[in-house]
Amino acid sequence: MSVETETPAGKSYSVLPKTAPDGSIDGELLEVAMGPQHPSTHGVFRMDVVLDGETVVRLKPVFGYLHRNHEQIGESTSYLGSMPYTDRLDYFCSLTNNWAYALTVEKLAGLQPPERAEYIRVITAELTRLVNHTCLAGFLLMDMGALGTPLMYAFRERERILDLFEALTGARMMCNYMRFGGCRVDLPLGWIEDARKVVDEYSQFLDEFENLLNTNEILVARTQNVGVLPPELAVNASITGPMLRASGVDYDIRKVDKYGIYDRFEFRVPLGDHGDVYDRYMVRVLEMRESLKILQKALADIPAGPIMDPKAKIRGFRPKPGESYGRIEGPKGELGFYVISDGGPNPYRYRVRPPSLINLTILEDMCIGQTVADVVVILGSVDIVLGEVDR
Amino acid sequence: MESLDQISRRIQDAVPGVRVEIVPNDTPAAQPSLVISSEHALAVAKFLKDDPQLQFDYASNVTGVDWLDSVIKTKGKVKKIVDGEEKEVEETVETKRPGYLEAVYHFYSMRLKHGPVVIRQRTGNRSDQNHLTSLTPIWRGCEFQEREVYDLYGVVFDGHPDLRRILMWEGFKHYPMRKDYVPPDDFEYEPTPHDDVLARAKTHSAK
Repeated sequence: MSVETETPAGKSYSVLPKTAPDGSIDGELLEVAMGPQHPSTHGVFRMDVVLDGETVVRLKPVFGYLHRNHEQIGESTSYLGSMPYTDRLDYFCSLTNNWAYALTVEKLAGLQPPERAEYIRVITAELTRLVNHTCLAGFLLMDMGALGTPLMYAFRERERILDLFEALTGARMMCNYMRFGGCRVDLPLGWIEDARKVVDEYSQFLDEFENLLNTNEILVARTQNVGVLPPELAVNASITGPMLRASGVDYDIRKVDKYGIYDRFEFRVPLGDHGDVYDRYMVRVLEMRESLKILQKALADIPAGPIMDPKAKIRGFRPKPGESYGRIEGPKGELGFYVISDGGPNPYRYRVRPPSLINLTILEDMCIGQTVADVVVILGSVDIVLGEVDR
Repeated sequence: MESLDQISRRIQDAVPGVRVEIVPNDTPAAQPSLVISSEHALAVAKFLKDDPQLQFDYASNVTGVDWLDSVIKTKGKVKKIVDGEEKEVEETVETKRPGYLEAVYHFYSMRLKHGPVVIRQRTGNRSDQNHLTSLTPIWRGCEFQEREVYDLYGVVFDGHPDLRRILMWEGFKHYPMRKDYVPPDDFEYEPTPHDDVLARAKTHSAK
């Protein structure tokens, strides 16, 4: 017998017959809409889950609740006009979004940022990585039911970095800082000392944080061997970022493309070997340690000098007809921009390659056979931001 | 990585009957691309993925581009009889290029750490011949991105396992990223419409 509940928002769940291999009816399956208002979906995101008891049989992600056609808006404004809007893609990582877009247009127009600007970009990008990974660890723990404490610790540290961003760019989250061929403003007086203090004290916080969590019985029980992603599938499904490296594939665009000045820094690429949720958490924690190394070197080496390429034009910026694809290692994965110019003031085509959307491709594969409670944790470990998924 | 000329020659050797054309890119980005005929796309994709020197195992970016009908002006010399004498006269020749939709793929190799190679597939026109070959059977990573191209551009990918709208809702009629898309004028809801909003609401409901 099928029972259907009609709510004003449509069906919230329905009961489907479950068929045995011989075709006879053998119990019931429950189809549940998880989201869009479910707190563990990190925004407005829905998973249509079919459950056999507690076990997931099928899962289809549904997006688009936050869709505003970012790409079309980018095509109807000037090249620089999209720069503040890239902040709103992944609103945790506005500075890396800025960098990816600036890098693409610099490739298209042949601009080369001066050395100081490259250093500032590396410093802000690595600080952004710290912010993202710290918060992700907090959210992941919150998804497991550790309400508050780890997240508040994470947000306390994040706030110190956001203070640095505010001193530099005037905004905590929507930084709109990079320009084609450099950066908007130079570092304020005393900023490097402040940043060095934050960076030096960060490893102490990480010690504390890891001490609290790494061997925590609940964390281990909820994450180890949950949501395992084999490396072959990860590569084939275009998974990037910490998720890919947790499966043991050594692919970090900072090492592969050596964009900016990343060839001047020594850092390791942490790899996992199980590809489960715990590895994804650990890879991110280890990546933060490597980011600290890069930051310490960059803050010590940063030279004086100009911060804008003198060839860069702010007004009447019209690159030659052609196209370019630029990508960086964002905190969530490969963040790419694809721009086609037809010689006009607006890009003819402006495309964002969103890492979090593409990382969701294998959500179903990871969740099948797991319980509903694990779905929440697996989704948390993918690290999505809906501003970027839906664009 | 081999040059694009070499790759295109080897594709033609490996896949008989394929039409390959190089699209130059004069910008400093220097990312020229290959246009391949859609009916051979799957074979070309298999070649790119399995060839030991290429091994493009990672489909990074898939996107669509809409090219409207346009007129291309080329200058050429034409022989003409002017005042009884035959002379060479420079003239601009206008050729009409019908519009088409395009799917653009950026492939990298994670194993050999090189790339990108840019592959393009083009449809016959923008209305009824809008079918292209899906590369999702080769690279799972194309799945959501091809769905997005279908959703926003209206390109139908043959062989895609689950071709549904992804960002817009089911039942939405148009393709919002097309260059000639006109947004509907009834999105602005007001409980008591007045002035120009009222006028717009009236014209919309009259349609």
